[in-house]
Amino acid sequence: MKPWRSKLSRAFLALLASLFWVATARAALHINITSGVVTPMPIAIPAFLGGPNAAAMGANIARVVADDLESSGFFRPLDPRSFIQTITSPNTPPNFPDWRQINAQALVIGGVGTTPDGKLDAQFRLWDVFAQQQLAGFSYASAPQNWRRIAHMIADAVYKQLTGEEGYFDTRIAYVSESGPLRRQIKRLAIMDYDGANNRFLTNGRSLVMTPAFSPSGQDLAYVSYRSGQPQVYLLNLNSGQVRSIGRMPGITFAPRFSPDGGRLVFSVAAHGVTNIFTADLRTGNTTRLTEDDAIDTSPSFSPDGSQIVFNSDRGGVPELYVMSASGGAATRISFGSGKYGDPVWSPHGNLIAFTKIDHGSFYVGVMNPDGSGERLLTEGYQVEGPSWAPNGRVLVYFSQTPSDPQGRGFSSRLYSVDLTGYNKREVLTPGNATDPAWSPLLH
Amino acid sequence: MKMKMMGLAASLLLLGACAGPPPPSAAVPGAPPPGPGPSARAITPGSEAQLKYRVGDRVYFAFDRSDISPEAQQILERQAAWLKRYPNVVVRVEGHCDKRGTRAYNLALGERRAHAAKSVLVALGIAPSRIGLISYGKDRPIVLGDTERDYALNRVAITRVR
Repeated sequence: MKPWRSKLSRAFLALLASLFWVATARAALHINITSGVVTPMPIAIPAFLGGPNAAAMGANIARVVADDLESSGFFRPLDPRSFIQTITSPNTPPNFPDWRQINAQALVIGGVGTTPDGKLDAQFRLWDVFAQQQLAGFSYASAPQNWRRIAHMIADAVYKQLTGEEGYFDTRIAYVSESGPLRRQIKRLAIMDYDGANNRFLTNGRSLVMTPAFSPSGQDLAYVSYRSGQPQVYLLNLNSGQVRSIGRMPGITFAPRFSPDGGRLVFSVAAHGVTNIFTADLRTGNTTRLTEDDAIDTSPSFSPDGSQIVFNSDRGGVPELYVMSASGGAATRISFGSGKYGDPVWSPHGNLIAFTKIDHGSFYVGVMNPDGSGERLLTEGYQVEGPSWAPNGRVLVYFSQTPSDPQGRGFSSRLYSVDLTGYNKREVLTPGNATDPAWSPLLH
Repeated sequence: MKMKMMGLAASLLLLGACAGPPPPSAAVPGAPPPGPGPSARAITPGSEAQLKYRVGDRVYFAFDRSDISPEAQQILERQAAWLKRYPNVVVRVEGHCDKRGTRAYNLALGERRAHAAKSVLVALGIAPSRIGLISYGKDRPIVLGDTERDYALNRVAITRVR
């Protein structure tokens, strides 16, 4: 397997982080994204200026930045054909009346070049058109093949400056790619940029795989594979391509997730008709049992502070969500709506738990507060399932199956993202059928 | 053990009848009747084909349940008798679920169903070492489709010769 992250490592992707201008006051231009429906901010992103060798690259970077911001639902990139001023230098202030006239509230002006050692060098300034003020300015350098990552980092910087929240564009999504006959599907672990670019397969499809989860560093995936003949949890290092087992357990192991410090895995072990939750210390290999009952306890997910675990259990007769201490012991039921609950995932901010719900033949993805209050269903479908949080806790990715014939004997599976308000639902493009998405942490 | 199982199944049946919906045993498509399948000549004694077409290789479950119905008990008794007749045969019980559950939960439920079927075989005198176990959850459906019958056909534990 070709290591891919080596060329993306932090050291290599040296963020030069030269701040051109330090804004002294809090920017006036700000999108309040706490409310549900936001009028997208009109923003102008002309092609980044490049020399004769970098013109195409400059246009590509501007397009990816615009696509990223547009996809958030909070920005409306303006049509470049409406632009009045032709930018000739990335370092001189724009002619603000020209941008006011087309109602651009924000303006991103950038340039690309090549460093003496052959790296791609990109810089940008974000302008508040009405206040005639520079809000941010950064430059980045990396190997030219990483140009999309540079664009995503620029979009993250603009997003953060204008919304006050971290961006989520310089991220990846791991998922299970499905192909072949629907009763005996070929399932392969795959990974791609969050926007669907640079798709790569990580397993060969000879064994069933399911439910990948990222480590907090973004450098490892935990997932389930039938490669030994039984479902077992494995770890895949994305740097080296190496796969290792977490050690033999008496039974099948599945539903893995990392602890927030990355030092442990929490997962289910099923044996003798009973499924319990265990943790494994990834350094020592020691396992600890967290639940001990004759029910199904599965889909564990740590709170971001590592103190608690939310999980799915049918100990009360029906699959519901429960919260317990990260060391196990008594659990408190938190789901009380109708139907069955599953797949709980604690948000990166700790303030919400996303879940799958199945009620009267419909599937839902929703969120609730960690104490079970405030349940909101974000999407409903024939089969929607498996939410995973973007690192900023603002957006969820999940998969949705759609029947392709009236009897449900054929279907397609696709990934979708949705804002936690339930707005801005969009397909996350995959080359084929896709399930079990996992959103990575920010890569930078 | 056997009597206890039967008693449990009978009380479930009663419960189902009182609650209105058809009891678990009626909700399932019924045991695939042994035969006709391939012609008698084509079936090798002690083979998976014989188990499937002459004995009955699978037992069905109610939604989100792993209880052994009276019909399932009968099929497992035939499987146990067949396994005693072919003592060198090693089998594996596969647990499956319909799709109305999450992937992880259904993997656990499939294990529970396979274990329920295996437990009956063990109680009937088959050595546990002869019976492997695996769960496919909802990932290897027996049939596609969204009818109640389709779902019922996928809530199954299948005994396969290894």
